[in-house]
Amino acid sequence: MRNTYIPYPVRIKQTRVETEDKQLKSFLFEFMRDEDAEAFKYMPGQFAELSVSGYGEIPIGIASSPTEGKDLLFTVNKVGAVSTRLHNMKAGDVMGVRGPLGNSYPLKANEGKNIVIVAGGFAVTTLRSTMNWLLHPDNRAKYGDITFIYGARTPGMLLYTEEWTAWQKSGQAKVCVTIDREAPGWSGLVGFVPTVTEQTAPNPDNAIALICGPPIMIKFTQPVFDKLGWKSDQIIMSLENRMKCGIGICGRCNVGPEYVCKDGPVFTKTQLDRLPREY
Amino acid sequence: MSSKILSKDKLDAFLQGLKGARDVFAPAMVEGKVGWAAVEQASDMLTEFSNTEMSPKDFFFPQTECMMRFKNASGDPEGMIMMAEPALARPRALMNIRPCDAKAFQVLDLIFVQDEMTNDLYWRDKRERTACIGLACNDPCPTCFCTSVNCGPHHEAGLDLLLVDLGDKYLVKVLNDKGAELAKDLPAAAAGDEAKAAELKIAAEAKITGGVSMDQVKSREVMELYEAGHWDRVQESCLNCGTCTFCCPTCHCFDIQDEVQGESGRRVRNWDTCMSWLFTMHGTGHNPRGTKKDRVRQRFMHKFKYIPVKRGGEIGCVGCGRCVQLCPVNIDVRRVVNDMNA
Repeated sequence: MRNTYIPYPVRIKQTRVETEDKQLKSFLFEFMRDEDAEAFKYMPGQFAELSVSGYGEIPIGIASSPTEGKDLLFTVNKVGAVSTRLHNMKAGDVMGVRGPLGNSYPLKANEGKNIVIVAGGFAVTTLRSTMNWLLHPDNRAKYGDITFIYGARTPGMLLYTEEWTAWQKSGQAKVCVTIDREAPGWSGLVGFVPTVTEQTAPNPDNAIALICGPPIMIKFTQPVFDKLGWKSDQIIMSLENRMKCGIGICGRCNVGPEYVCKDGPVFTKTQLDRLPREY
Repeated sequence: MSSKILSKDKLDAFLQGLKGARDVFAPAMVEGKVGWAAVEQASDMLTEFSNTEMSPKDFFFPQTECMMRFKNASGDPEGMIMMAEPALARPRALMNIRPCDAKAFQVLDLIFVQDEMTNDLYWRDKRERTACIGLACNDPCPTCFCTSVNCGPHHEAGLDLLLVDLGDKYLVKVLNDKGAELAKDLPAAAAGDEAKAAELKIAAEAKITGGVSMDQVKSREVMELYEAGHWDRVQESCLNCGTCTFCCPTCHCFDIQDEVQGESGRRVRNWDTCMSWLFTMHGTGHNPRGTKKDRVRQRFMHKFKYIPVKRGGEIGCVGCGRCVQLCPVNIDVRRVVNDMNA
């Protein structure tokens, strides 16, 4: 039986500063052993513990999609000791990845439906994974309309701009990207995510919504969905909490009886309505 | 399974037999307190004691434990890669475990080992390589309430053998194959010995008068219990000191930290406590359990509602009463649970 606390060794293949404030940086990892790459089977919405020896571990959503190959992409916000150290590491450095952890967005269970994705700020990471998975030729035909609503404060704070531009051009998805206020050189949508969601007016018939963003965005987006007639079990959200073990033992990420690391991070609004707001 | 007899004048011979293959630990006087210690002969062991001050959970879940090591040298081909720490070298036996503490091992088995992913080898390896020999309680303490939380003074869960003190001898209840191997050289018990042990069990259970009722806790929804008014009273006196979490035989929250000294680095886990505000604080400063009330409520809800919901009705408390004895502000878990149930 494998010791699930031991990270798989990986090498940083590539790094990229993603935002104008330099707080968000992406890391592409390659597994050092083929068998580890083989063992790491994941779906969009799952996360992993990034392990920096001597500093510790941080739980981060997987931004790559399994349809993109064996390398793993993570976009990390610089906040604490581990993420700050990670931001100072460079291509070629060795670290660890432990996972995949948690459940995933219920994509396979919702084949045949329209998918509405709402992302705010850097919570877009696992939804990037989801979009890449959905738009892959093996999967695209299994779903109806795909709508991608994504907002950030400024154009310079938007992640993965090349990619969502390509999704927009491909005609495979309706892409609505917005920034909070008018900015020079920006010709796209302007306004907060809830407002843009209201204007886009996603239809609840035969659809699910995947929502991930800061609490304030979720707070004001939920009433929009309610007004449009969406039911709580159609609304799917991803939570984050402080974690250590990542496998449902160590006791800190639970929301009521549910461990965000093991039973989540993905929950329906129906589930969350029955739980304390400890997230 | 069968029962055997261990005469008290043969206790040392039994102990020496165990020691042939195992390191043996038992309750003993340690720095003026009843604690756990390695024992060489029967006279090292306490036989008249209520229970140890701290539970024996740290034989399987040490207060601090190295999980893995790495060479802190980024240029080295093997540098920075985490390598598992070797498992326990020699098997162990724990003697004279009180039934509540053994029951706690069984509760924790359900939490540390759930499936292929939630499969804590640090816990599991030690459990598998340790023989657990219990000593039934004939004289429970006033703070004991095991009988109302799926346990009891002669409870057998989590044990390989259970000893019942019959005066000049012990009845040895053989509880599984591991126990049968440990007791194979002991003579069989007579029917009268078993009957006497059964009487002692009934008498011990009758001595436990205080307890908790959990029927309403079981049937109520999480949010109804969570939003109940009595938490304001509990949190008023609670200091969030964490004493209850450290002495508790089922509390199992932990932290994982890296330590580096020169070229050697390791990742360790340490006991942690849900009473600490840092326990849940996000990197951003946001704290989902930011108040004292959130934290003290979490501890009781975890034991009496969340664990039962998730682990097929098993309760995260064995009624040992340590937290009642040690709480500096006299919070009594029985009162809190009965308020949850009111």
